[in-house]
Amino acid sequence: MGIIGAGSGVAPEKFESRLRSKDLLGIEELDAGEIQMILNTADSLKEVAHHPIKKVPALRGRTVVNLFYEPSTRTRTSFELAALRLSADVVNIDVPTSSVSKGETLLDTARTLEAMSVDVIVMRHASSGAPHSLARHLKSSVVNAGDGQHEHPTQALLDLYTVREKFGSVEGKTITLVGDILHSRVAHSNLFAFTKLGAKVRFCGPPTLVPSELSALGAEVYYDLKEALTGADIVYVLRLQFERHRMGFLPSVRGYVKEYGITPERIKWANPDALVMHPGPMNRGIEISHDAADSPQSVIVAQVANGIAIRMAVLYLLETSRMREGQ
Amino acid sequence: MSAVVFRGGRVISPGSGLDGVMDLEVRDGLIAAFGDKVSDRGAEVVGVAGLVVSPGLVDMHVHLREPGEESKETVGTGTRAAAKGGVTSVACMPNTAPPLDTPATVLYLLGRVAKEGVVRVFPVGCVSQERKGEVLADLSALREAGVVAVSDDGDCVMNSLLAKRAMIYAKLLNIPIIEHAMDKDLADGGVVHEGRVSLTLGLAGVSPLAEEVVIARDLLLAEETGAHLHIAHLSTMRSVQMVRDAKHRGIRVTCEVTPHHLMLTDEAVKGFDTCAKVNPPLRDERSRRALVEGVLDGTIDAIASDHAPHGATDKDVEFNHAAFGVVGLETLLAVSLKVLGNAPGDLPRILARMTSAPARILGLDSGRLEVGRAADLTVFDEKEEFTFDSRTLVSKSRNTPFNGRTLKGRVVHTMVGGRFAVRDGSLQ
Amino acid sequence: MGAEKTRTTVVMDGEALGRAVTRIAHEIAEKNAGSLDDLIIVGIRARGDVLAKRIQVALNRRIEKQVPFGVLDITLYRDDVGSRAALPRSTDIPFSINGKIVVLIDDVLYTGRSVRAAMDALVDFGRPQGIQLVVLIDRGHRELPIKPDYVGKNIPTQPQANVKVELEETDGRDIVVVEEAA
Repeated sequence: MGIIGAGSGVAPEKFESRLRSKDLLGIEELDAGEIQMILNTADSLKEVAHHPIKKVPALRGRTVVNLFYEPSTRTRTSFELAALRLSADVVNIDVPTSSVSKGETLLDTARTLEAMSVDVIVMRHASSGAPHSLARHLKSSVVNAGDGQHEHPTQALLDLYTVREKFGSVEGKTITLVGDILHSRVAHSNLFAFTKLGAKVRFCGPPTLVPSELSALGAEVYYDLKEALTGADIVYVLRLQFERHRMGFLPSVRGYVKEYGITPERIKWANPDALVMHPGPMNRGIEISHDAADSPQSVIVAQVANGIAIRMAVLYLLETSRMREGQ
Repeated sequence: MSAVVFRGGRVISPGSGLDGVMDLEVRDGLIAAFGDKVSDRGAEVVGVAGLVVSPGLVDMHVHLREPGEESKETVGTGTRAAAKGGVTSVACMPNTAPPLDTPATVLYLLGRVAKEGVVRVFPVGCVSQERKGEVLADLSALREAGVVAVSDDGDCVMNSLLAKRAMIYAKLLNIPIIEHAMDKDLADGGVVHEGRVSLTLGLAGVSPLAEEVVIARDLLLAEETGAHLHIAHLSTMRSVQMVRDAKHRGIRVTCEVTPHHLMLTDEAVKGFDTCAKVNPPLRDERSRRALVEGVLDGTIDAIASDHAPHGATDKDVEFNHAAFGVVGLETLLAVSLKVLGNAPGDLPRILARMTSAPARILGLDSGRLEVGRAADLTVFDEKEEFTFDSRTLVSKSRNTPFNGRTLKGRVVHTMVGGRFAVRDGSLQ
Repeated sequence: MGAEKTRTTVVMDGEALGRAVTRIAHEIAEKNAGSLDDLIIVGIRARGDVLAKRIQVALNRRIEKQVPFGVLDITLYRDDVGSRAALPRSTDIPFSINGKIVVLIDDVLYTGRSVRAAMDALVDFGRPQGIQLVVLIDRGHRELPIKPDYVGKNIPTQPQANVKVELEETDGRDIVVVEEAA
């Protein structure tokens, strides 16, 4: 699957590649065709990790800047490896959040980077919409690596890819996301991604973190974990942020774990071959138990590997579009 | 002084019940005569056939940004923007730097108005010292210095005891207290209306309750104290209903709505457009319709722009860091007419919301066309539709949500005290 | 381009194509007589891989051995990467190429850039003993110093002409045509 062998009966000219926008700011703006194209491209790029030389020259001489206003070792490393494997040059800028006040430097940052002829800016920021305002001012491509509580598109894409890899397709499957949906950009992006490819999305968690208005966006809202997991093909566990407890959204962390923590026993409520997923990093013993995280149904490690392939696909597609435009 | 006769226009003065095609004579800065009593002896005749002649518009909620934020707007540029929009009287809010919480600052502002203002400016004073919401400002001194109302606009008076005392004094001084109804805790740092759009965009939302809870409290306080409570920029469905009920019960409450709340909903924020970020936020379609109904049935007394200029430094940033507010003096009439002005009989009613009603609320002498009153008038084409281009704004700031939208109603002449501030669409 | 009339000339029909494949397989066997065990076949997508499969089958029959077979996608190695619309497809070379003789197969040899990209890709896979090039059609106009070792047919063409190879497995028939403006 994914490897199109010789003589597959499809004329080669059929494989068109074009993302409509110069940026990847969110899943909401992508159509199902573009999503499939990214997943298919990731298929081919995934193997580069298994070549003796883990590099292809496709993005040679292009510059990718990781502009991270929020710390994140794993996402940043994933993007960095993706760029390096495409032979691009990578620059990492970690902006400590404490010194950036009011974000008034964002516009100036944009201008500075443009002056340095950077090709791609991968950006993570605490404010929803920050990559959008950057993208408006720049000719370079902007990839959203997570903006506030809005979206984390490459995470959703790698999640789709992982499900597709295991089940063959996403259509008709039911995915239940458990946890702090309200503040989770991963949950938002996955809602858009999975519904666009024909899956059913369920949200489950405490009412303060899972407002019922979410059903207006196309998800089924549950407050009972057993009901939410019955019939689910994918159990997607979100990280619990302890600040939420401090801010009064949760009466207690222990109470949350008791009601919504994912354990092997609870995984059994879902379909027999259900996948267990987590965007990482995990709080083992909190939202997900040790045994659940390491269960044979867990594909959490696969998600990480797929993350690099997806990010390579995104960089490849965005950059080859721009090259075609003569940039 | 000079004399001008406006010939052949439809003269509407909602406060005086006047509505008909007739001539109007202005002499020595005052309205001299109507209709067949008009004498054009030594007068310049200005043909206004097919146009509406109305009292000069009164915008009772404007931020002129002086003193302290002159980079965004000044008395000069702000009043010129007002004239361009057909507004001849402006009530300006006290959240300046320093705020209008002492007579000295008020007098400074009035001095600037005398020097640079091209329309009339009436200051609103602070309720509390430094607008901190802790200690009452010297309200009677402020009244003496010339404020027409008091408000801590920009913020809500959160301390209920302070609000009550402020109302008692406001009543004593016979001025309205203008409330910016927004409970800070319930708002919880929200930046857009709490609803489907806020969820989609991942932005913190402001529940309608944040506004309604304050209005509920203030109505009780107003009932108790007998003060004249005026609620600024109404935004929710329930707020309109609460005011409607309170008026039926005889409570002395008035309220206003902005043109942007009448025309737009939270959909305008999509794409993280900070030019649609306002406080209170643009709400959903249900609320918008309730606001329109409120204006048409009189529950909402006035339409006021809440003209809030901001520069690129404050708007061209991440959405949650962007300043709240949009400019509105120059689009006050055109947006209102576009949203409301569809039935032919509506025009006098709509004009009242921008002339006689705000004038009455603030106790101003403006807002009516009557013989012997100051000749403040606006002549406009009520039918002309056009695509608004923000580059035509004369305000120092360009933060408007209406760029590219179709508006209706073009100001032709603006006259203040018998002198043309705008003539044939151009500033004089 | 629709308004212009094009003239289409058949330069190789199905039978001729089949004969070329067989002949090439024999030539490969002869040239590498002493080192048949080191041979591997790699076809360049797209259509080069289809041809390569046919040549492998013919070669296997001739030398009575199974020659290892791989498929190479050069999209990520092109020097004009991104200028074509095609998405990268997978490369599948499931064995080591170190010390082997790689018989690289493509359908049309033109400027030579595709072959250069293929060689770059191969070098990232290991260090072969040597690379030999098979092309079905050599249409001239080289821009790089690339020379084929085995050729199905030499066809001189104008640069503006379009050489189209169609194969049963991908296009439903075996034919090679040249299209040029009438």
